[in-house]
Amino acid sequence: MSSTMDSAADKRDQIQSRVASSLRRRHAKERRFRMFGLAAVMIGLAFVAVLFVSIFSRGLPAFWQSSMTLDVYFNPEILDVGPAPVRQQDESPRDFEQRQQSWRTRLTMANWNKVMQDALIAAKPELEEHRRSLRKLFTNGEKYRLRDMVAEDPSLIGQTHSVKLLADAEVDVWVRGNIDRSLPDSRLQLSPEVRRIADQLHDEGILKVAFSTVLFTNPDSRSSPASAGLAGAFMGSLFMMMVVICLAVPVGVASAIYLEEFAPQNKFVDLIEVNINNLAAVPSIVFGLLGASIFINYLRLPLSAPLVGGLVLSLMTLPTVIITTRSALKAVPPSIRQAALALGASRVQTVFQQVLPLAVPGILTGSIIGIAQALGETAPLLLIGMNAFVANIPATPFEQSTALPVQIYLWQGNEMRNFFEARTSAAIIVLVLLMITLNALAIWLRKKFETRW
Amino acid sequence: MRFKKALGLAFAAASMTAAAAPAMARDTIQIAGSSTVLPYASIVAEQFGNAFQFKTPVVGSGGSSGGLRQFCQGVGENTIDIANASRPIKSSEIESCGKAGVKQILEVRFGYDGIVFASNASKGTFKLKPEYVYKAIAAEVPKDGKMVSNPYTNWSQIDKSLPDQEIVLVIPASNHGTREVFEEKVVEEGCTAKDEDACLQFRQDGRVIEISGDYTETLARLQAQADAVGVFGLGFYEQNRDRLKVATIDGVTPSLETIGSGEYPVSRPLFFYVKGEHIGSIPGIEEYVQFFLSEDVSGFGSQLEEAGLIPLNDEEREQAVANFEDRKVVSK
Repeated sequence: MSSTMDSAADKRDQIQSRVASSLRRRHAKERRFRMFGLAAVMIGLAFVAVLFVSIFSRGLPAFWQSSMTLDVYFNPEILDVGPAPVRQQDESPRDFEQRQQSWRTRLTMANWNKVMQDALIAAKPELEEHRRSLRKLFTNGEKYRLRDMVAEDPSLIGQTHSVKLLADAEVDVWVRGNIDRSLPDSRLQLSPEVRRIADQLHDEGILKVAFSTVLFTNPDSRSSPASAGLAGAFMGSLFMMMVVICLAVPVGVASAIYLEEFAPQNKFVDLIEVNINNLAAVPSIVFGLLGASIFINYLRLPLSAPLVGGLVLSLMTLPTVIITTRSALKAVPPSIRQAALALGASRVQTVFQQVLPLAVPGILTGSIIGIAQALGETAPLLLIGMNAFVANIPATPFEQSTALPVQIYLWQGNEMRNFFEARTSAAIIVLVLLMITLNALAIWLRKKFETRW
Repeated sequence: MRFKKALGLAFAAASMTAAAAPAMARDTIQIAGSSTVLPYASIVAEQFGNAFQFKTPVVGSGGSSGGLRQFCQGVGENTIDIANASRPIKSSEIESCGKAGVKQILEVRFGYDGIVFASNASKGTFKLKPEYVYKAIAAEVPKDGKMVSNPYTNWSQIDKSLPDQEIVLVIPASNHGTREVFEEKVVEEGCTAKDEDACLQFRQDGRVIEISGDYTETLARLQAQADAVGVFGLGFYEQNRDRLKVATIDGVTPSLETIGSGEYPVSRPLFFYVKGEHIGSIPGIEEYVQFFLSEDVSGFGSQLEEAGLIPLNDEEREQAVANFEDRKVVSK
């Protein structure tokens, strides 16, 4: 009796110790897994942190730029262009336009450099003897800005106005120490005299490094690097996103609804499904090639136009939208459909009145993520001519333009490294912030409309 | 003054073309091609847009060959008007242009570009000769009358005057027009092999790095591999003198003067090609060309010169303007 009891106790002990040891093993395994998981997340976060710190530390300074706020006297002697033409009663519109054009041409050819130099000398008279060097202080585009001011309001001639004039890019680089200031003259861009004047003006507070909106208000520029901005690329991206929203989202959602709710189960539909999944994995450059041959060579749409870019990106986004919409529809429990059908609703009524409203948060999330992906896409745009240098801000999707990620690519390749390195990072910051906004919007929408079963 | 005259002329021409009803809807000149020409063309395009009522032309890249391919796609609104090139058009390209209906190809030569060798500013100074470059880059070099696989791993092995640095050469890939000039004017020039085909066989042991991207990529290579020597355009080097040290060739330092005078051997003319069929239908092409060729825009003291372009001399400029005014079409 007692021996059997003993053996039973033994057995229990044995089992217990086996369980205990396996429990230890299992716990250890769990701890290991958690540790690996945490380490993986930490490594990822560390990379993101390094990326953000390096981009922000390089890019943020680009939002501040060297400029001089001067009292510019629009000297009528220099700007000797006569009064702006006023339409005469008996004048044909074409004659008037011609008179206006010739007035503008005279205005363009006025000696604007002298106007700017005079403004600086007025602030600091001893610079008179260095007049020749002063031209180097201002960026090239500022004379056209002053011209445009007068063209818009001819009554400025003869008046004095305080204007914030941007300094030349090389001056900006020098004043902020983005170039090694101890280098010999032969390896610096600016002449010793210009450098000395720039330092002097900087010390006296005439030349200030101040926050500048140039990056947001100007298009790209090469003849006047200091005035290069993102406005053109931003508008181009905006037009493309509009095309994507108008095309990819409705088409994608409609195909997903049909495939998920109405399509018969057969080989053909299976084939379509396989193809959609494949398309989602096709490299984006392939869509660029497709777009170049169909939209530009065959349909003869304009080169470098956001319309074409939008069409190409729509093709690229379509599979993403279809796949996410289908999974959102799948997530709606069948009981909802069954209940609706049991109450006598038709299939269309069931889908549009019951299923779709419940799937909307998922569809919105998917669409926004698809759009964010399209916003950051560069490769296909290079093939349809959107990597061109465009100095205009496009007003319609048919006008030539670049896009934000392409602008990053272009600035990255600019030969003025000392100036454009910061600009490139600044463009990345703008793009990343847009992405974060879009993704945050997707999360917010999902949280707001989410239904739990 | 000359600028004003050019502008005045162009303005008169502009008002005349404005009178002729435009047959095409596009009102922006579209340009594409060589990445060497791109900075110059963009600067001119921008100045042109600022100075005239015309829209600022759009300047794309794609390399000389890429630009000419687009150029030869045909006549019409969706094809480009002007192709930038860092080499003359080839007869095969003229042929394919002709097949697509592009018959009036107007060649405009607007300046010169120098090709320089530069190394990391913190490293040794190179006094190169074409022969040294050949010996550094070739797969096989002649030794005692026989071709042997390249034995040099260090510049000082090639010649005592060169720095004691490992041989790494960063050169443009074949999609760049620069590559052709580099091969023709440096490697072939310095080639000592009897068999000419052997001249352009480059070593495959990782000491020759081909860059298909921009010069910024070459610069990045030089910063990562401090020993490397890179091939750049003069304009790019000028903008980055704080990071780069330029090499002399045959004792001549590349500069606007030495290249302009032909003393520095590695230079080439730069071109753009205008589609004659588009003049008159796309507004502003004629004015753009006149503006580009005016002394104030592309001559001595212009912004293009500051950007590294070697301007034409007066005679060449007159010739270029006359060729364009006469609508002289390139022939095979």
